[in-house]
Amino acid sequence: MTNPVQTLTQSVTVDDNPFMKPVEWLSLAVLAGVILVVLPLTLDGFRLNLVGKYLTYAFVALGLVICWGYAGILSLGQGVFFGLGGYCMAMYLKLEASSIENTKIQSTPGIPDFMDWNQITALPWFWQPFKSLPLTLILAVAVPVLFAMLISFAMFKRRVGGTYFAIITQAIAAILTILIVGQQGYTGGINGITDLRTLHGWDIRTDHAKVILYFVNGGLLLACILAAQYVKRSKLGRILVAMRDKEDRVRFSGYSVAGFKVFAFCLAAGFAAIGGAMFTLQVGFMSPSFVGIVPSIEMVIYAAVGGRLSLFGAVWGTLLVNWAKTTFSESFPDLWLFGLGALFIAVVLAFPNGLAGIWREHIEPRLTRRVKGLRAPSPAIVPPHGAPAE
Amino acid sequence: MLGDYSLGDLGAIFAMQGFAGLILFSVYLLMALGLAIIFGQMGVINMAHGEFMILGAYVTYLCSSFFQAYLPALFPIYFFIAMGLAFLASGALGMLVEWSLIRFLYKRPLDTLLATWGLSLILQQAYRSIFGAREVGVELPSWLIGSVQVTDTIEIPINGLFVMAVTILITLSVALLIFRSRFGQQVRAVMANRAMAGAVGIDTEKVDRYTFGLGCGIAGIAGSAFTMIGSTGPTSGQLYIVDTFLIVVFGGAASLLGTIASAFSISQTQSTLEFFLSGSMAKVITLLAVVGILMLRPQGLFTLKVRR
Amino acid sequence: MADDTDTGADRGLRSPLRRRLLMGLAGAPALALMPRTAWAAPETAAVNTTGLAVTDSEVTVGILHSITGTMAISETGAQQAEKLAIQQINEAGGVLGRKIKIIQEDGASDWPTFAEKAKKLLVNDHCAAVMGCWTSASRKAVLPVFEQYNGLLYYPTFYEGLEQSKNVFYTGQEATQQILAGLDWVHKEKGGDSFYFIGSDYIWPRTSNKIARKHVENVLKGKVVGEEYFPLGHTQFNSVINKIKLTKPKVIFADVVGGSNVAFYKQLKAAGIDLSKQVLMTISVTEDEIDGIGGENIAGAYACMKYFQSIESENNKAFVAAFKKMWGEKTVIGDVTQAAYLGPFLWKMACEKAGSFDVDKVVAASPGIEFKGAPEGYVKIDENHHLWSKTRVGKAKPDGQFEIVYTSPELIKPDPFPKGYQ
Repeated sequence: MTNPVQTLTQSVTVDDNPFMKPVEWLSLAVLAGVILVVLPLTLDGFRLNLVGKYLTYAFVALGLVICWGYAGILSLGQGVFFGLGGYCMAMYLKLEASSIENTKIQSTPGIPDFMDWNQITALPWFWQPFKSLPLTLILAVAVPVLFAMLISFAMFKRRVGGTYFAIITQAIAAILTILIVGQQGYTGGINGITDLRTLHGWDIRTDHAKVILYFVNGGLLLACILAAQYVKRSKLGRILVAMRDKEDRVRFSGYSVAGFKVFAFCLAAGFAAIGGAMFTLQVGFMSPSFVGIVPSIEMVIYAAVGGRLSLFGAVWGTLLVNWAKTTFSESFPDLWLFGLGALFIAVVLAFPNGLAGIWREHIEPRLTRRVKGLRAPSPAIVPPHGAPAE
Repeated sequence: MLGDYSLGDLGAIFAMQGFAGLILFSVYLLMALGLAIIFGQMGVINMAHGEFMILGAYVTYLCSSFFQAYLPALFPIYFFIAMGLAFLASGALGMLVEWSLIRFLYKRPLDTLLATWGLSLILQQAYRSIFGAREVGVELPSWLIGSVQVTDTIEIPINGLFVMAVTILITLSVALLIFRSRFGQQVRAVMANRAMAGAVGIDTEKVDRYTFGLGCGIAGIAGSAFTMIGSTGPTSGQLYIVDTFLIVVFGGAASLLGTIASAFSISQTQSTLEFFLSGSMAKVITLLAVVGILMLRPQGLFTLKVRR
Repeated sequence: MADDTDTGADRGLRSPLRRRLLMGLAGAPALALMPRTAWAAPETAAVNTTGLAVTDSEVTVGILHSITGTMAISETGAQQAEKLAIQQINEAGGVLGRKIKIIQEDGASDWPTFAEKAKKLLVNDHCAAVMGCWTSASRKAVLPVFEQYNGLLYYPTFYEGLEQSKNVFYTGQEATQQILAGLDWVHKEKGGDSFYFIGSDYIWPRTSNKIARKHVENVLKGKVVGEEYFPLGHTQFNSVINKIKLTKPKVIFADVVGGSNVAFYKQLKAAGIDLSKQVLMTISVTEDEIDGIGGENIAGAYACMKYFQSIESENNKAFVAAFKKMWGEKTVIGDVTQAAYLGPFLWKMACEKAGSFDVDKVVAASPGIEFKGAPEGYVKIDENHHLWSKTRVGKAKPDGQFEIVYTSPELIKPDPFPKGYQ
């Protein structure tokens, strides 16, 4: 918690613009253009579906920008919320795929196949709500958010610090993984919930459906970016930043610090849940390997690579890391972990503000200079950027 | 479930179960000691801690192969040499990492997490490239295998006793080093207030490097000792990481006594629960209890009053 | 692994071109654009009517195993055996006159990655067949992909059964095939009437133990005195070992997997449980695992498998020699490694019987195919896509090999949906 001045200058520039700076509108337009126009036109179905999958992680990274970058709460358990959202969606799809007709070879038709293998003869109570689509859509976000509230409220009330919170969330991810794997009769165990087919009668496995889901996903992501931008630019966002940098001062000024932190954490959980649900729809299954520690940390890294203070950076970072991961692992299956590990270290050491930092420090100034050279001079809008405050 | 057994049987089982708990306690404490120094004292979130342990295990593996091939006469005592080398290897790597990576990040503790995670990926792949993806088997000298027959029914595994002895030795050494030596005094001074320590003439960079090296070196010893009870493979280190961090945090990060107390309580809980419940549920309940208590008492069991 | 990088570089150069050609212009129009292949093209057009990656000289096959992550330990052997088989097939002239080209992908011990890579192998690379997967979870993850894109998967691991797909051939044993003969043997020869089950906590051990329990209770009229599961990667077994000591079962029946295995046997030995007196039967320890456990820690245990490296037969000797020549003198061969070796051969025979690479024709031709050259001995593909095979019981020796103490007299019919065991 060192650098209040820098971040202060940053939030001060906010005041003269109500929502977004022109540059940010431009960034949004570029991002929307790439996601909704360029990629669908240039990629084949398989690659587009892959990008769709990566973009579901971008929801998590987006949440982390708010919760970690702005509010200073690092969670190593975002996979929990991604997973819970995904599982809620998967439960609905699985029930639809387990119609009496499809499962007539089972000893109890009409329940998911893995329940039948585990001698469960009736649908457990917590599966019941997932028979209804509207209820599922609500629960897919509500369950993770409530869970996040439960965790964070207890901890922030007692002023658990940053690193402690990170480690406790990590432990929660570990617990939930063991629990899901262990209760395989109710959850599908380590295999996860697989073989999902239709959403309300609509076959999600066809190439056509995948393209539609891709656009739905892209649209939702852009909506989430706008929502996050709204939070960031509101008074709330400034309180979050102030809290991250000098928590005690905010507390002494009469704000309920815990409340704001809980809000930021729940918002991040909500975004992650949407990502998880979209993941299930696009990939066609959900597995406990998303709930664990490894994916949770990887998602933090997406946000770090993109730049923890930049909403757009989070999306670009997610795309970049996953693209690198896929390309490395396709070309050098034996060695790709070296590249990935080196990337993380490089980002932390050399580019602490990630892609967004590179953009802001090196490219944007040049662009503005160019623009200035062409038009009448205007006041600089780019504050210098140092190491992020911690 | 206990109704069907004779009193003698039950007594024996409780005795052995007690020892099982103590062995688990030693294992946990040994795992956590290195991290207690690195995370607890220095505030560095070292996600590659498990990989430093596995480096120690691989050193032990190399030693066992070497002694078997070239010095079979000394094979019975190779384990001590291996532990020494494991300490040096992990410690040296630790100092290298501190110099090249960690020292830039002391003001950004959460970033150490990301950097060391990257480091752990690199180390895992390095182990895989060097030693192969398969697990390696470390052959033990015969005196370390088997058990001590205490009574007819009570048997205590020798390697468990050995791990306990190592743990006690290392813990005492660390305690002496930190609380009684000049180096320890400097370490504590630097941790309490880096700027002030520097102002009174302590070479803080050097202290940092050696402290980090010490923590990693202890991890190496732990890894070496664990070849007796666990597996040695490129990814084995990841199995330990959650438990290790929880123990340190539960103990209260800056307190050595806290780490001991937390290792003891967690191991006893888990060992007892495992006896009455299935293994998975025992683990879940133990972790839940720890997380629950941490939510109520975030500072951990013991706290050191320091000005931050 | 020089051949990996070869295929990598090769693929990098060629695949975009090939993909475009295959995607846009399947069939006759493509021939006009490929003068080099247009000469002998009728043949290719005849054996490949569905746009698979088949040229006049090559056919592409995918290998999909974990090279990184926790499962790399187990999957290395399978992947090596598949490469050996493919090399041998190529040396003998290939399949339908075409050399097999390998595209290898890393599943990274992560089930969604398996699904992603499977899709890549089918949709992007148009592999004629894929050899791959190890865990049930990875198979479950790729199964819908193979069914949707009509791919062909040869799956090498012994597994829990309860599955049968048009697009998958299971070259390992399903649970009843593997377990029942072993239980009968231990009951008859070792007087096993009380059992203690201990396993890792996931679907394969749980299903296997369920089948074993039914068999013990209903057929052998014995009893199960304990059943315990531990999370994957668990390393502390002292408490359960005490429970075993307390309940004194005749037989410990173990299906612990991965790194836990090492910890379990080391601690069992340390706790003074002497496997020459206490009968222990495992269905999850092959020669591969013993490498990590250490032969001296598990000597005396019985394993129940369809293949052991020590099988005395000409087929097996040749296989072991070839494997060691390719992958080093020190490597060992376990059950799954051998089963993985069968995959490419069974696929080759089916292609030749069908006279085509088309998945539907290969699938139709497969049932009834016999492979007399299998290292484990004669095997046959059943209507249900599993293999008829023998089951053997081996006793672990300190040198890491098994001494075969029992071989089932007949081939056992695979039965993935066993009646009375569900």
